[in-house]
Amino acid sequence: MYENILNKYQPDKDNLIYILHDIQDNDSQNYVSEEAINAVSDYLDISQSHIYGVLTFYSMFSVKPRGKNIIRLCDSPPCFLKGSSKLYKKISKMLNVKNGQTTKDGKFTLELVACLGVCGNAPVAMINNDIYADLTEEKIEKIIKKIDKGDDNVS
Amino acid sequence: MYRNHILFSIDDSSLKAGVKDVENIFKSELAKLNLLDEVNVLETGTLGFFGKGVCAKVYPENVIYANIKPADIPELISEHFLKGRILKRLVLQSKNTSQIDLNYSKRIVLEHSGIIDPENIDEYLGVGGYEAWEKALTSMSQDAIIKEVKDSGLRGRGGAGFPTGLKWSFTAPLKAPQKYFVINADEGEPGTYKDRLIMEGDPHKLLEGIMISSYAIGATKAYIYVRGEYKLSIERLNKAIKQAKEYGLIGKNIFDSGFDLEIGIKVGAGAYVCGEETALIESLEGNRGNPRVKPPFPGVEGVWQKPTVVNNVETIANIPSIIKNGAKWYSEFGTDEVNGTKVYTIMGDVEVPGLCEVDMGTTLREIIDNYGGGMKEGKKFKAALVGGAAGVFLPEKLLDAKMDYNSLKEYSAVLGSGAILVMDESADIVEMLGSILKFFKHESCGKCSPCPRGNEILNKIIKKIIAGKGKEEDLDTMINVAEAMAKTSLCALGQSPIMPIKTAINNFREEFLAKNKSKK
Repeated sequence: MYENILNKYQPDKDNLIYILHDIQDNDSQNYVSEEAINAVSDYLDISQSHIYGVLTFYSMFSVKPRGKNIIRLCDSPPCFLKGSSKLYKKISKMLNVKNGQTTKDGKFTLELVACLGVCGNAPVAMINNDIYADLTEEKIEKIIKKIDKGDDNVS
Repeated sequence: MYRNHILFSIDDSSLKAGVKDVENIFKSELAKLNLLDEVNVLETGTLGFFGKGVCAKVYPENVIYANIKPADIPELISEHFLKGRILKRLVLQSKNTSQIDLNYSKRIVLEHSGIIDPENIDEYLGVGGYEAWEKALTSMSQDAIIKEVKDSGLRGRGGAGFPTGLKWSFTAPLKAPQKYFVINADEGEPGTYKDRLIMEGDPHKLLEGIMISSYAIGATKAYIYVRGEYKLSIERLNKAIKQAKEYGLIGKNIFDSGFDLEIGIKVGAGAYVCGEETALIESLEGNRGNPRVKPPFPGVEGVWQKPTVVNNVETIANIPSIIKNGAKWYSEFGTDEVNGTKVYTIMGDVEVPGLCEVDMGTTLREIIDNYGGGMKEGKKFKAALVGGAAGVFLPEKLLDAKMDYNSLKEYSAVLGSGAILVMDESADIVEMLGSILKFFKHESCGKCSPCPRGNEILNKIIKKIIAGKGKEEDLDTMINVAEAMAKTSLCALGQSPIMPIKTAINNFREEFLAKNKSKK
């Protein structure tokens, strides 16, 4: 089932991170499963433990199933100065999850992450592939509610 | 012949603000008035400031409009493009200055950013792009290029400030079946996003720099290692590489010189430590990003044990102009001792967060007032964290210190990556330091022991202080631990906490002590 993805890349070890990104982005639960690790291991001829090591090193990867939508809230100093901890409390209360946890309905995962490089508009969060900037508690609540309703066009 | 050009700034922040819709409505309104052949609507990279919604620059008047909403368009077109009157209510303003200075006359790496369309190679060629590449490849020897770069005094803009020409000169003479040139675009230092804006605003400039640099050291393969979060940069670089290939600027036997060059992109996956060059190389090879033990340095044994030069984006974006105009021209920028310009990102409690490119040696006060629009709501300046998490807290008394590698050393400070996080009087320095130390603990990779263990201890102490349970001796302990880490850690990550800790404690000691009193 991973052949379509794997065949896009030369079987070279330096494509590993690319491949893992691709697999995760196409996974409905936003993670890289053991089955996927085995498939990559066969394709690139590198050990499962190496792949697992890489997956757990980088913050963008997950080896646990995650929600449909991933809220990556920055808590690095520039966002912290602009009140990211209030946002964390707000989201955490709203969705009843802590850092790294997924909501019971499997819709959202909340992750605290390091700098996203959009500090001119702090505080920021990245939800799936989109950046949401200049956030306030009211703004993030609205955005999450919209995504929850299945409306992807949130500004 | 167009009467006016309007350039919409296309970046993450304006895309979110709906620039595409505004642009479409703008075009259809122009069409209604039969103005499409008089007003040229263009897209460009970032104009240099953020949080101002949809922004556009209009030539020849050189006016910047901000926060443009679809509802403003009829009025904007009728006032500016029909009647020729500037629509004052939309002009970008701040409370302290009437208009933000973008310092275009003194720009090198950002000279085209916000002027040309970054996705169109013809526009880059139109402003003299790739002339330096042609000059380098057809009329200069590798030694001559390295000498020019050495003479220019260019130093690495990633943070450490190592002389670029010197770095190249270690690798250039080595005989090896394969050498690599790598661009470090794993910009993870909190508060730093200059490289993203260079890549988004003028990707061809970076490519031209890579071509010249690769040729100078004899590398026929180059990689740009971009952090995974920078989606727009990756997209624009991919487009630019494709265009350069089509134009024969890279590939086999370029300009009949016999020189081959391939440029590829490698994407990271979120790890601050990969900004360290040996960790970056590990990651590029498909491994965990653990730093290597040095020596051997990457210049001798880098990617797949082959000689490799790793340079920062901003550093290499300087190269085309240096080669085109010469080292002497370049030395006219900056101070007597430190040549060139520096790109800063300004954020925090300022009116207009954004970026600027200014001469080396420009003071912090000038940067905040002239390019950041001054303090937000006119509040009092308390401190600036310069250089990101691995940076330093500069207090008010250093507002007039010159910002360059040498001058800052006098105050035991560093220039770092160019991030300027401005804090007003309401900022809590102790909690800011807490946030920095939390960041380091999270990003410590665990390869050598002083760094993870030290960060653990530092976090315990700062939490205690924030909770009001600290003692004065704790401050000395923090400095001692961080100093030990600096001496024994394998890479810059473990060597960094000492910078913010020392400058926070030395400049704001009373605040640390007051934490205890206030909570007792």
